Amino acid sequence: MTDALARAVAMPAPTDEVCSVRDLVTAVKRLVEGEFMPVWVRGEILQCKAWSSGHWYFTLRDAESQVRCCMWRMHAARAGTPPADGTEVFVLGKPGLYEQKGEFQFIVSRLVPTAAIGQQQQELERIKAVLQRDGLFDLARKRPLPEFASTIAVVTSPDGAALRDIVTVTRRRWPCARLIVVGARVQGDGAAEELAHALRLVNQLSDVDLCIVGRGGGGREDLAAFNAEAVCRALADVRVPTISAVGHEIDISLTDLVADLRAPTPSAAAEHAVPDLVDVMRQIDDVAARLAGCLGGRTRLIAERLARTADRLHGSMETVLERRRNQVQRIGAQLDALSPLQILGRGYVVALGPDGRTLRRRADFAPGAPFRLRLADGDVGARVEDR
Amino acid sequence: MSIAEELARLEEIVRKLEADDLDLDAALALFEEGVARLRTARERLSAAELKVQSVLEEAGGEIRLADLDV
Repeated sequence: MTDALARAVAMPAPTDEVCSVRDLVTAVKRLVEGEFMPVWVRGEILQCKAWSSGHWYFTLRDAESQVRCCMWRMHAARAGTPPADGTEVFVLGKPGLYEQKGEFQFIVSRLVPTAAIGQQQQELERIKAVLQRDGLFDLARKRPLPEFASTIAVVTSPDGAALRDIVTVTRRRWPCARLIVVGARVQGDGAAEELAHALRLVNQLSDVDLCIVGRGGGGREDLAAFNAEAVCRALADVRVPTISAVGHEIDISLTDLVADLRAPTPSAAAEHAVPDLVDVMRQIDDVAARLAGCLGGRTRLIAERLARTADRLHGSMETVLERRRNQVQRIGAQLDALSPLQILGRGYVVALGPDGRTLRRRADFAPGAPFRLRLADGDVGARVEDR
Repeated sequence: MSIAEELARLEEIVRKLEADDLDLDAALALFEEGVARLRTARERLSAAELKVQSVLEEAGGEIRLADLDV
């Protein structure tokens, strides 16, 4: 007793900095809840109780430890019926601290019996095998995407993040496109049927160049619809090239294997689906430059044509000259015909004086004077004997 | 004519002109067509605004498109 008293006396006295229980719990809560990302935990269910509020409370345990868990109504509603004691499950959650009781608990957002995972896995393998057998994964089936898709069918939830991402990227890259949204639920009961139906509708649309089917990120069981056989077969039957964009980095869905292209996210699908306006404008500038280059070529063509025209002009000049030459010859011939000398051919003779002048009158002939007679074939000397 | 066809035609025009075995009249006609198409293509691309529609199914199985504001 004296020892305990001595220890109590030795302890530092409480000061103004004493904190309340609430402060302590809040500080620890902040520490615990700030530290963890959601984590998958495997364990066995004990005493799962579904309250009338819809929330579930249960204990998760393994051979060494146990933890109190709670699952809020919105998540519990998706998990089906409360599992029986001893059910082995995977739960996804984050540690939390219940302030009123100062209790550590695990806040669960998903709960999947391990047996169900096994069954799902078996079913997945079965579908994969039949689709493989029917050639739906064959690489030879893969069609190239259009270079400039102008109308794209988008099969997804009309109010999901996937559609927003696809619209944003397409608007930025290739605003001359048209997106046709074919709405379908992408998770939960009936999602597979809706997706398959939407994919069949795509074939009823006219002028579609490309089809994107997808959703944003989700847990493995949320992707179930994209592994459904009916969805895969409907996707394979789409008449235009297809892109599967199921935003889950780790798992590959069967639609990823069936589609002509697998994109890791809806945004990436849009990047693949349309060209970038900037690149296309550059391509147009390039064509413009080449066309301008051809203009240079055109001037050369004009020069060539002028040269050819000149040749033709030259040619026609020749013709004119030729005609002129013929004309000249003809005129020359006429002139010849008119020449007095031609008369000589008909037997007339011309008398020429020593100076070459024509002797035309009697008086031109002096007695004894020499003169020449010009005949058609030459001259003859002569002398006046008598006048 | 789609943008894709427009660009393909432009490419064809330039290739033909570059190949250089055309007579002048044909070359000039192609050149003019090329200039006009370049202008159209640029206008179409810079004026474009993304159109988003949604498929609505009528009771009779008919389908109809409605503009969607996204």
